Amino acid sequence: MSTQTARPADALRDGDSAPQAPPSAAARKIGGVAGWVDDRTGAAKPVGYLMKKVFPDHWSFMLGEIAMYSMIICLVTGAFLTFWFVPSAGHTIYDGSYVPLRGVAMSEAYKSTLDISFDIKGGLIIRQIHHWAALMFVVALVVHMFRVFFTGAFRKPRELNWVIGSVLALLAIVEGFAGYSLPDDLLSGTGIRAMAGFVQTAPVVGSYLVYGIFGGPFPGEMIIPRLYSAHVLLIPAILIGLFTAHIGLVFVQKHTQFPGPGRTNENVVGYPVMPVYAAKAGGFFFIVFGVLALIAALVQINPVWAYGPYDPSPVTAGSQPDWYMGFADGALRLLPGWLEFTVFGFTVSMNIFPGALLLLPLVYVVLGAYPFVERFVTGDQREHHILDRPRNAPTRTGIGMAGITAYTVLLFASGNDIMAIKLGMSINDLTWFFRIALFVLPPIAFWVTKRICLSLQRRDRDLVLHGRESGTIIRTPDGRFFERHEAGLPEEQWVLVQHDAVAPLQLEAEVDEHGVARPAQRKDRVRAALSRFYFADAVNPVTPAELAAAHHHGHETEAIEGGDDTAQIESGETASRY
Amino acid sequence: MNEQDTPTTGSEVAPGGHGEAVRLDEGHVVGQGGIPERFTNPGLPHHVPRMADLDESAARRAEKQVAALFGISILGTLLFLVLYFALDVDETVFVPGIGATSATNVGLGVTLAMSLLGIGLGAVHWAKTLMPDTEVVEERHPMRASDADRSRVVQVLQEGGDSSQITRRPLIKYTLGGALALFPLGLVLQVGGSLGELPKKSLSLTWWNGGPSGPGEIPEFKPMRLMKDPENQPIKASDITIGSVVHVMPEGLLPDPKTQEGGAEHLLEEKAKAAVLVMRLDPSQIKSQKELDWGYQGIVAYSKICTHVGCPVGLYEQQTHHLLCPCHQSTFDVTQDCKVIFGPAKRPLPQLKITVDDEGYLVSAQPFREAVGPSFWERGQ
Repeated sequence: MSTQTARPADALRDGDSAPQAPPSAAARKIGGVAGWVDDRTGAAKPVGYLMKKVFPDHWSFMLGEIAMYSMIICLVTGAFLTFWFVPSAGHTIYDGSYVPLRGVAMSEAYKSTLDISFDIKGGLIIRQIHHWAALMFVVALVVHMFRVFFTGAFRKPRELNWVIGSVLALLAIVEGFAGYSLPDDLLSGTGIRAMAGFVQTAPVVGSYLVYGIFGGPFPGEMIIPRLYSAHVLLIPAILIGLFTAHIGLVFVQKHTQFPGPGRTNENVVGYPVMPVYAAKAGGFFFIVFGVLALIAALVQINPVWAYGPYDPSPVTAGSQPDWYMGFADGALRLLPGWLEFTVFGFTVSMNIFPGALLLLPLVYVVLGAYPFVERFVTGDQREHHILDRPRNAPTRTGIGMAGITAYTVLLFASGNDIMAIKLGMSINDLTWFFRIALFVLPPIAFWVTKRICLSLQRRDRDLVLHGRESGTIIRTPDGRFFERHEAGLPEEQWVLVQHDAVAPLQLEAEVDEHGVARPAQRKDRVRAALSRFYFADAVNPVTPAELAAAHHHGHETEAIEGGDDTAQIESGETASRY
Repeated sequence: MNEQDTPTTGSEVAPGGHGEAVRLDEGHVVGQGGIPERFTNPGLPHHVPRMADLDESAARRAEKQVAALFGISILGTLLFLVLYFALDVDETVFVPGIGATSATNVGLGVTLAMSLLGIGLGAVHWAKTLMPDTEVVEERHPMRASDADRSRVVQVLQEGGDSSQITRRPLIKYTLGGALALFPLGLVLQVGGSLGELPKKSLSLTWWNGGPSGPGEIPEFKPMRLMKDPENQPIKASDITIGSVVHVMPEGLLPDPKTQEGGAEHLLEEKAKAAVLVMRLDPSQIKSQKELDWGYQGIVAYSKICTHVGCPVGLYEQQTHHLLCPCHQSTFDVTQDCKVIFGPAKRPLPQLKITVDDEGYLVSAQPFREAVGPSFWERGQ
């Protein structure tokens, strides 16, 4: 439409807005394609919104991204591997290019894994990237979980997402187990053998369960195809579904942010998706992929050809699962044999069942339940979008460190044989050490962590109360000198005082003002006791009144009386703060 | 902006329970002297411009760096393509610090990493140096929908219930509930019921009972020779010297080692239960009379399958006569009827009663008297 018109009737009237400049050629081009899509989907509005969405920036927010990208890389490389892997326990004789195993009877699954490693060009790099990405996925996911836990990002409104994340974490390790069991080499077969033993010890139904899973006696020919179906179809489908919900909730609820100047519970401060966040996050995908490719190129992982095909009678020393199964394996090594007993002739294997079948779901149920426990204790119904600095939640941080310590003890316990060999120590002593450590170290970790947090909080208070020395010496009309301290708070110290003061919840008096008994409910007593456990020794942030009082105090001691010949101007450092 | 939003900068943050009006009859209130309860959020810090924001030559330098990184990526991809054709799949290459390793793995991996890292590092460098680095503020809104929206949902649900008459017609309600609750049963039964054979007695049987021991088999005992695995040769008692340990399978289980013919139909399943270790000790070292009686001149045979979770008990210490399972370190003492002396296993390894036949070969005198391998609920029955 032309803006130049001959007829006066077409001219602009008062109140009409002038026509906008025509869009550039590039914009028209984008508009053409996007317009075609928008005509049919109406996508312009949500896409436009998403492109302007703001994400806060912090290095720890990349941990979840690493997990996400590792999962995507697993999906891509895994799809590649399915083109060559044969998920079958069918017997065959190896005739490929790995000479030491030529003529050896093995399963199709193992043979095809060897082929991927030796006969398919680039197959080994894809297999290695896949395995490294799987390990990275679980590592990143666990560390991401630490970040979310210690910063209190699981608080309202994100409890649901924390639960979804816990389920994802559990599924990730089940997926990993199913994956590394597929090659049917001696090591992974031993892992499946142990898994069969675990299942067999389930009370009442164990033998039926294990025959159901294996389609008959162990090992049978069904387990490889069934693990394959779980590994490439069932679990990935659930993983992707839950992951989509996980990331969708992050979009809907907007990302949490660390405290800082200008950051409030009601805003998000960061970079918009277009262009900054898209470039950073998109680029980061390539960085994660590139690093994994580099590791896979240079560091060998799971050399299945060295183990030989699975056979239930031989075994290699130092049989170990992938790291994320280590803690359950460690628990099995620590459980003493005397926990097994018989009732009415039935065998109850409490030396195996708790570590092998109960621990794994239990850990994730406890994790998933934590936000609800903490919310019960605090009775806090508010939304929280500003993250806690871990020191500002000393009890939670202590609980988290105690949990990590227990997990680490179990993880190390699963390497007790390797440690015994490498360190030249008695495996029995090591096992006893870990048995005791499992009960002793977590409380110590809790206590030490909590004390460190409280000390850090006190240090924050000191930093703030010390005030900011302006360097301005003021002389009063009556001849006194003092240094003026800035009454306000320096911008960089805002982060030290921004958090909420906390105090333990108090039970109401047992007797009301008329002398009538008003017994507290059991629930309230529990809540009050837990609240004391959480907040009894809380160190609260400096308030403006405290800061003012400290300054006032400080000024008086720093004030210099006129006429005193020996007086010197005291520096802030030597002046008493109180 | 709705009323729950507060101004972005310079506002009081989350007043919490503070600052509410105090009722006069609640007693004396200590005054604050005009000092607020909480510090005030100082607001967004000032933006500090970067070199590339101020200096066009710095910006051009950044541009070149980004382009160089993207260039590395292009180079990496091209090298990958070249190496894919140039390298042979079984070529090895020496890499310092790693040793001889697959050339395609290193070559393709490193070039792939170049091609990916070039893009990634380039994009991030671009974002950090040239893209705007002013932080943007977006308002949050409470997750909760408005009361009107909430009550509309309840209303629609109620109306739906009413108009479908489900609330007025309990017959429909309960039969629908029953139908929905029951329909998965068929599917669950199909999967659960058809997963595999039931164990029957097979967990308590081994090939030593007289042959195939799968579910439904009722083997009849006959003495079987102890065959060396994998040679599949019978063993003369005189061939076993004190301190030696032999890995043994029952007669008829193993296929011919040369032709791979014959043997058990379900080879791995039978091996998983029948594997036995034969050791010869000085009879004076054996502390258990039953162990001596079930052995032959100090030659004793024990199940190799760990009673913990079923790994093969692979390590034999000749000096101490301890058997160690490499999976979870259960330790069994062969001089004490393979009693558990350490680790998570509870039960001793089951002993196989052996003797010699007319030709002097070791044979089984009876099958295992208990289930081998890991515990299960009904193993004592």
